[in-house]
Amino acid sequence: MISTIVVVGGGQAGAQAIDTLRREGFTGRLLLIGDEPELPYQRPPLSKKYLSGELTADRLPFRHRAFYEEHRVELRLGLQAVALDPGARRVELADGEVLSYDRLLLALGSSVRRLICPGADLPGVHYLRTVADVMLIRAAIKPGRRAVIIGGGYIGLETAATCRYMGCEVTVLELADRVMNRVVAPCVSQFFEQEHRAQGIHISCNTRVTRLEGAGCVEHVVCADGSKVAADLVIVGVGAIATTALASAAGLACDNGIIVDEYCRTSDEAIFAAGDCCNHPSLRFGRRVRIESVDNAFEQAKSAAFNLLDRKIAHDRVPWFWSDQYDCKLLIAGLSEDYDRQVLRGDPATRSFSVCYLKGSELIAVEAVNHSKDYMAGRKLIAERAQMNLAKLANPDLAIKDAVAELA
Amino acid sequence: MPRITFIEPSGERRVINAPIGISLMEAAVQNGVQGILALCGGACACGTCHVYVEATWFPRLEAREEMEEGMLECAWEPRGNSRLSCQIHVTADLEGLEVTVPQRQGVI
Repeated sequence: MISTIVVVGGGQAGAQAIDTLRREGFTGRLLLIGDEPELPYQRPPLSKKYLSGELTADRLPFRHRAFYEEHRVELRLGLQAVALDPGARRVELADGEVLSYDRLLLALGSSVRRLICPGADLPGVHYLRTVADVMLIRAAIKPGRRAVIIGGGYIGLETAATCRYMGCEVTVLELADRVMNRVVAPCVSQFFEQEHRAQGIHISCNTRVTRLEGAGCVEHVVCADGSKVAADLVIVGVGAIATTALASAAGLACDNGIIVDEYCRTSDEAIFAAGDCCNHPSLRFGRRVRIESVDNAFEQAKSAAFNLLDRKIAHDRVPWFWSDQYDCKLLIAGLSEDYDRQVLRGDPATRSFSVCYLKGSELIAVEAVNHSKDYMAGRKLIAERAQMNLAKLANPDLAIKDAVAELA
Repeated sequence: MPRITFIEPSGERRVINAPIGISLMEAAVQNGVQGILALCGGACACGTCHVYVEATWFPRLEAREEMEEGMLECAWEPRGNSRLSCQIHVTADLEGLEVTVPQRQGVI
């Protein structure tokens, strides 16, 4: 009998699992452990409207405190789970409390990848992952200050846009030859580089940071070619890594995330995992994936909650992502790795276009800039493994759904 | 605070007092209205806060923008009176508004 479920992790996945467990009738003891002091909150606004101050702190939490009381969820916030004993089915918290469980959900999330170079720990060097991080950055941002962003991915570019909006002089340093190179097509990178430059941001690609310098506080970022960029503050956005220390120390199988099956079960039968921290089989894409997205955290946690209650549900969704930069919305459906061809729909100069990725003639991903129609149609057709007619797909005047190949 | 009625997927009528200045989606989520998922938190990126606006109210709301139109086209069972509740701002004028939450959210 399952009388106690412990959820470790107070992010999107942890909060969703709690919600689903109660909604699906779990009446036993339910605990939520989060290492941040805040109630579980939405992370996406952190680099955008929360950083700019347009969204106040009270609008970040998924649920008010009353929700947890009403649903008899015992909260342990601001406390890290420091040890896990799968044999004894016990988890130990930083304050020494030991909790026994019948089932455990690890929703540990991901952690920022740290910059490793001399000077990386100077005051004035920031990362952006938590509310606490944002409070520090916000305090450092003032009109006219020089913000240097290391990393031109989602977080780097969203933060660059927000810093610019708040009046900073902004430079983005990117190691690769274009921004967002791991997640979007070259024409999409180019579009966003142009948007940022038009807003007065300096973007420098093919740029390796070798050290940070400053007397007491960061003052310069030094690049491999010897150039120096003056900085009043530095924000590092060079990716995230799965948070797995608790799991791997307990002997659970980990490899770029905690290894789970399609039912979110780890190598221990009483322990499940969901969200950024886990590495799961994608039935749709035929390989193991680790996905950092709100949607995956939500859906996988929901599936995990059912499986925690022995109601088998496979997690198999088409992932989706979005990014807001200025008034441009990037919407991505599916996973674009391992494609055979890209098809551009529309003209980037119109500021509304999309790129479709095909494997053979099967649609596997869509990247849409200010084009919600192609993105939503893409989400549907990717799940359906639709085969596309290339000529029709390349015609932006035809809806994607009307470019599905006729069956022979 | 205007009183707004949500008819949940179960058929239950939920009347909430919606704070002015936030979106209809946020008001629904804060009050635990069933069936509003709002995964993207109001960025008009997920299509999971879909509602059907009561016919007489529909023309009284600000019109849908292109981004919202595109999101709704492939939402679960879109209708002429479909809206994303994250794109509706709560004002005093919404006193008495009635919306119905669809049976499902998302694309399929």
